[in-house]
Amino acid sequence: MAKYIGKRLLYMLISLWLIVTATFFFMRMAPGNPFTSEKQLPPEIEANLNAHYGLDQPWYVQYGEYLLRILKWDFGPSFKYKSQTVNDLISEGFPVSFLLGLEAIFLAVAIGVLLGIIAALKHNKWQDYTAMIVAVLGISVPSFIMASFLQYFLAIKWGIFPVARWEGFMYTVLPALALASTPMAFIARLTRSSMLEVLANDYIKTAKSKGLSSGAITVKHAIRNAMLPVVTYMGPLTASILTGSFVIERIFGLPGLGAHFVTSISNRDYTVIMGVTVFYSILLLVSILLVDIAYGIIDPRIKLAGGKKGE
Amino acid sequence: MEKILEVKDLKVSFQTYGGQVQAVRGVSFDLHKGETLAIVGESGSGKSVTSQTIMKLIPMPPGQITGGQILFNGDDIVPKSEKEMENIRGKEISMIFQDPMTSLNPTMRVGTQIMEVLIKHQNMSKQEAKKRATELLRLVGIPMPEKRVVQYPHEFSGGMRQRAMIAIALAASPKLLIADEPTTALDVTIQAQILDLMKELQNKMDTSIIFITHDLGVVANVADRVAVMYAGQIVEMGTVDEIFYDPRHPYTWGLLASMPSLENDNDAELAAIPGTPPDLTNPPKGDAFAARNQYALAIDFEEEPPMFQISETHFAKTWLLHPDAPQVNPPESVMKRIRKLSSNFEKPVLVKEGK
Ligand SMILES: Nc1ncnc2c1ncn2[C@@H]1O[C@H](COP(=O)(O)OP(=O)(O)OP(=O)(O)O)[C@@H](O)[C@H]1O
Ligand code: SF4
Ligand SMILES: [Mg+2]
Repeated sequence: MAKYIGKRLLYMLISLWLIVTATFFFMRMAPGNPFTSEKQLPPEIEANLNAHYGLDQPWYVQYGEYLLRILKWDFGPSFKYKSQTVNDLISEGFPVSFLLGLEAIFLAVAIGVLLGIIAALKHNKWQDYTAMIVAVLGISVPSFIMASFLQYFLAIKWGIFPVARWEGFMYTVLPALALASTPMAFIARLTRSSMLEVLANDYIKTAKSKGLSSGAITVKHAIRNAMLPVVTYMGPLTASILTGSFVIERIFGLPGLGAHFVTSISNRDYTVIMGVTVFYSILLLVSILLVDIAYGIIDPRIKLAGGKKGE
Repeated sequence: MEKILEVKDLKVSFQTYGGQVQAVRGVSFDLHKGETLAIVGESGSGKSVTSQTIMKLIPMPPGQITGGQILFNGDDIVPKSEKEMENIRGKEISMIFQDPMTSLNPTMRVGTQIMEVLIKHQNMSKQEAKKRATELLRLVGIPMPEKRVVQYPHEFSGGMRQRAMIAIALAASPKLLIADEPTTALDVTIQAQILDLMKELQNKMDTSIIFITHDLGVVANVADRVAVMYAGQIVEMGTVDEIFYDPRHPYTWGLLASMPSLENDNDAELAAIPGTPPDLTNPPKGDAFAARNQYALAIDFEEEPPMFQISETHFAKTWLLHPDAPQVNPPESVMKRIRKLSSNFEKPVLVKEGK
C-alpha cells in the first residue's frame, strides 16, 4: 500500500511538472501582457515594470525561477493587485470555493444516488420515469441557466434563499444546487444503470434464495457493488465541480477562487493564472488518488499494492 | 416413506413482448424424505423455471404461476407471501446454482455470505455464526477454513466456490436442496468431487435433493429417480433403472442415444436429437415432440398423449404405450441396454387425469 501510494505520488509530481510547463509556455504564447491596457504606458515605464517583475529576462531564466518558487510553495505577487500575493488570493478564496464544492459534491452524490436507486428498484414504474425525466433535465440544462432559474424562483419570487453574496449557510444553498444539478443527474443515471445490472446478477438470486428480505438484499448486496462506477466518477466529478465553480461564483458574486481565476484571465494576471492552475491541478490529482484508494477498499478484487501498473 | 414435496399440475408462464411463454405446462411429481430426484432435459425445457418456482424465485412479473399446487410438507407454497417465503428460503429449501463464478457476491467475504444464513435463520450472534461458518467450510472440504472464511470469492477456485455455495445452501440444514446444474461449469474431476460431497452431506443430513442436469451420465451416480422434461412437461419419470434400462418415451431414447458411455463408445453413433424444441409461446397441437420424433404416429399431431403407467414408479407420456399403437423398437444403441424389469405391470395402464 505504502509502495503503491509512493509510486502514485511520483507520477503526480511528473504530471504536475508537465502542467506547470505547459501553462508557462501557453501563457507566453498568448498575445498581450499584464500591462497592456486601454491607455498606452510610456515605453520607459513599461520597461521598468517588466524589469521589476523579471519579464525582461530570457524565457529559460523566468521558467527556472518559476519552478524554483513553486517548489517553495510561493506563487509570487499578483500583477494586478499590487498589495496581494497569489498565495494570499488562494488562502482567501479557496475556503469559499472548497465549502461550495464540498456542498455541491455532497448534494450531487446523495441525491443522485438516491434517485438512481429508487429508479432501479422501481424499474419501469412511474418513480423510474419521474427520476429519469428529472435527470435528463439536469443533464441538458447548463449550470448557469440553472443558476438563473434558482435565483429567479427560489430567491426573487419566493424569497426562500438569498439571491447572492456569501454571508452564511443560507447563501451557499443556491450556488451549490446550481453547481450540483448536472453531476447529480449524471450520477442518478449512472447509479440506475449500474444498479439494474447488479440486480440482474446471479448473486442477487443467491441472496434471495437464502431468505434475505429485499431490503437487506438491496442494502447489503446491491448498493455496494452498484457504487463502483459512481466512485470512479468522483474524479471527473471533482473536475466538473471545479470548472463549474468559475461561472457559478461569478453569477452569485461569491469571493471564491474561481471568481478570482476568471478575473485574472481577463486581466492577463500571469502569476495568478499560473498559481491557481497549479493549485487546482494538485487538488485534482489528489482527489483522483483518493478515488483510486477508495475503489480498492470497496472492491477487494483490485489489489492496490502490486497489481495495477502505471495509471 | 414420508413425502416432503408434492408438485401438482404446476403451470408457469412469462409475459413477454412476443406473447405469453408457457415455460411449465402441467408438471406433477413428488419427492420423499432423503430421496434424490434428477430432472433432465434439453436447454429451455423448463427445468430451472420448475425448480425456482418451488422457492418462488422466478421474477414475478413477468413470471406467473397460472395453475397447480406446490405442497411442501403438505402446505401449499403457491399462495404464500414474500414475507412467508423468506422463512422458507434458505431454511427449509435452498438452492445451488450453476455458475459458482457468478453466484457469490464478489465484494463480500465468503464467511459473511454463509453467516447471513445463520444469522437470519438460526438466530446466531455474529461470533457464533462466524464459528459455525468456519465449521461449515471445513465440512464441505475446504482446507484451512479459518483463513478461508475471511477471504473473498475471487481468492477461491471454481470448485471451492461451489463448495462454499454448498456450505451456504446447507447452513440452516434445509429439508430440500435444489441443485440447478451444480457441476456443469466445473471440470470433470472437480465435478466428481462435488457430486461425492453432495451425496455424503445428504446422507449426514437426510436432505432431499432435486438435481437438475442435462447430463444423463451424472444422473446414474446421484439420483434415485429421474424425471425427463421436454417443452415444459415431464414426459417420462421412473427409477434410475427404469429410465436407463427400460425407457419408453422416444425423447428419453434420444437422450440415451446421444449419451457418450463406455458401452456405446466408438462403433455406435452418438445420435443427436434432430431439430429444436418447440416455441412455447404457441405450443403445437398434439404432442410437443411429434415434429422431431421419427416414430410419430398420425394421432401425435392431433392430440396430446395421456400419461401411461408402466410400473408402480414408472410413467411415460406417449401414444406408443396405447394398446392400439404399433410395436416400435428404440434405436440400436438403446435397444442394447434394455432389460426386462420384474416390477413392471402386465401392461401399461392409462393414468386417469387429475391423479
Ligand atoms: N424471466 C423470463 N422471461 C421470459 N421467459 C423466460 C424467463 N425465464 C425463463 N423463461 C423461458 O422459460 C423457458 C424455460 O427456461 P428454463 O430456464 O427453465 O430452461 P432450462 O430447462 O433450465 O434450460 P437450461 O438447461 O438452459 O438451464 C425458456 O423458454 C425460457 O425462455
Ligand atoms: S406421443 Fe407420439 S410424438 Fe409424442 S413421443 Fe410418443 S410417439 Fe412421439
Ligand atoms: Mg436452467
